Amino acid sequence: MTVWHKLRPYGMVAPAIIIFSLFFIYPIFYMIYLSFYDWNFISPTKTFVGIQNFVDLLSEPEFMQVLSNTTVYTVLTVTLTTALSLLLALWLNRGNFFYGIVQGAIFSPHIISLVSISLLWSWLMDPEYGLLNWVIGLFGFGKLQWLSHPSTSLVSLVIVAVWKGIGYNTLVFIAGLQSIPADIYEAASLDRSRPWTTFTKLILPMLSPTIFFLVIINMIGSFQVFETIAIMTQGGPVNSTNTLVYYIYEYGFRFFKIGYASAAGVILLVIVGILTIIYFKLLSNRVHYR
Amino acid sequence: MKAANRAIEGPIRAAAGTPMNGIRSKRALLRTIMNVVLRLANAAGLLLLVLIFALPFVWMLSTSLKTLPETMIFPPEWIPRNPVWKNYVDAWNTGPFLHYMTNSVIIAVSILLLQMLTIIPASYAFARYKFAGSGFLFSIVMVTLMIPSQLIFLPVYLELSAFKLLNTHLGLILPFASSAFGIFLLRQAFRQISDELIEAARLDQAAEWKIIVRIMVPMVKPVLVTFALFSFIAHWNDYFWPLVMTTNETARTLPIGIAKIREVEGVGTWNILMAGNLILVAPILVVFFLSQRQIIKAFVYNGVK
Repeated sequence: MTVWHKLRPYGMVAPAIIIFSLFFIYPIFYMIYLSFYDWNFISPTKTFVGIQNFVDLLSEPEFMQVLSNTTVYTVLTVTLTTALSLLLALWLNRGNFFYGIVQGAIFSPHIISLVSISLLWSWLMDPEYGLLNWVIGLFGFGKLQWLSHPSTSLVSLVIVAVWKGIGYNTLVFIAGLQSIPADIYEAASLDRSRPWTTFTKLILPMLSPTIFFLVIINMIGSFQVFETIAIMTQGGPVNSTNTLVYYIYEYGFRFFKIGYASAAGVILLVIVGILTIIYFKLLSNRVHYR
Repeated sequence: MKAANRAIEGPIRAAAGTPMNGIRSKRALLRTIMNVVLRLANAAGLLLLVLIFALPFVWMLSTSLKTLPETMIFPPEWIPRNPVWKNYVDAWNTGPFLHYMTNSVIIAVSILLLQMLTIIPASYAFARYKFAGSGFLFSIVMVTLMIPSQLIFLPVYLELSAFKLLNTHLGLILPFASSAFGIFLLRQAFRQISDELIEAARLDQAAEWKIIVRIMVPMVKPVLVTFALFSFIAHWNDYFWPLVMTTNETARTLPIGIAKIREVEGVGTWNILMAGNLILVAPILVVFFLSQRQIIKAFVYNGVK
């Protein structure tokens, strides 16, 4: 073993590790540091304020609404996406050509830029000339305001998120269904077990790792929603769609309250951190029993 | 045991049922009719499903070829009588689109190339060498994998501003010059290659880098292609990062340009907006139709492994 041989692995991982340390690890600590300061980005001095930013945030009704918006958005999006895509997966889990086309079609929004999706749905949800209002009009419903009214705006964003995410979730579920050994299905059908019993007693438990995985991944994704909000609603009307990342963006880049925005970032970090830890716990469990 | 009993019971019952032929055939007829109805309902359901996902895109194309008054006609005309191709020219002229397009290509391709250069050696070292501190170093990869970039954009912005990298291509490339997800995927792939293959090559006195480039990398090619598709699509589509890290046009990409059409053309000019939108979507949809299987695998793999 020459010195070169000993150093080689370090040389090989160094570029990646340097990038990660500079742009992922260090920024976390920097953000936590900044959350204890008052700074407007331009001024050369930062003033230490202790936990004042957090106190301000948590006593600010606007931030409370942002937290509640984010939570409502996340719960609705995750529940609807997971439930609907599980149903679709049970339905579409077939190898034939037509099912392949359907799977491709429902998956397609997943690889489209959120900018396109947001602009397209702003047009579909246009209160005057949108296609969606025309379609519900065919069924005798009156025009909805969709994104333009506080009572429907958040749900409209949920619809867009579900439409975009459902195909990906369905295909992950299908992959999960196909990993269930075929002989288990055969045993169930020989037993003449009813479809509902097969589903609750067999498929659901076997699928539970996939379900947990998707729920957590979708939650982490939903908590960071930004693009659709920035393009479709800008947090409005009357703050009804303002969510955490958009809030941080506004306070950081529009109002230059860096410390305050960082404190909000730390709160998001804690939420996402908890979800991630749960996810990796589950992931490692799954790897163990395989 | 129970299952086996039932399996035998089946044919016995069928044999016992032969005398009641009339009822049987009626039942069979009913069952055939039910079957046809179910199949039709199933086909209708599938069609509805495809429509829900395809119609918005068709509507986008349709709108992009209409005049502004035509976009307000109801019931809607799906195929405009005189397609207005000029909308595309108008959309393209709302900003420096050639510049945006070039930026998008430069940035997405550079990110991909740099990622390949950094993740291949790193994942190989993590998969194949034992070295002190590898556990700690790999935990840095795992933590990075867990941190969504959307969460730390503010400190990264300040950092890039300190390095004078705002509004530069490098500023949009460098934070993504490596990929924790890529290392994670590739390390698994390198681990699965059998030791005998490497030992044989080592006996031949082949240099280590030659073993990696000539033998190991070709063996993980499917995973590399999968990752490349994933990375390219993600960065081609990215709106958040270029939006946050740029304040002028120098390094802005296509998604920013498309989103800005609305500011230039004014609210309500949906025909031009959808034309611009199609410029952004079309390349991805074309690639998707050409390599649907591979792309679906690339994204679902992420979820399953």
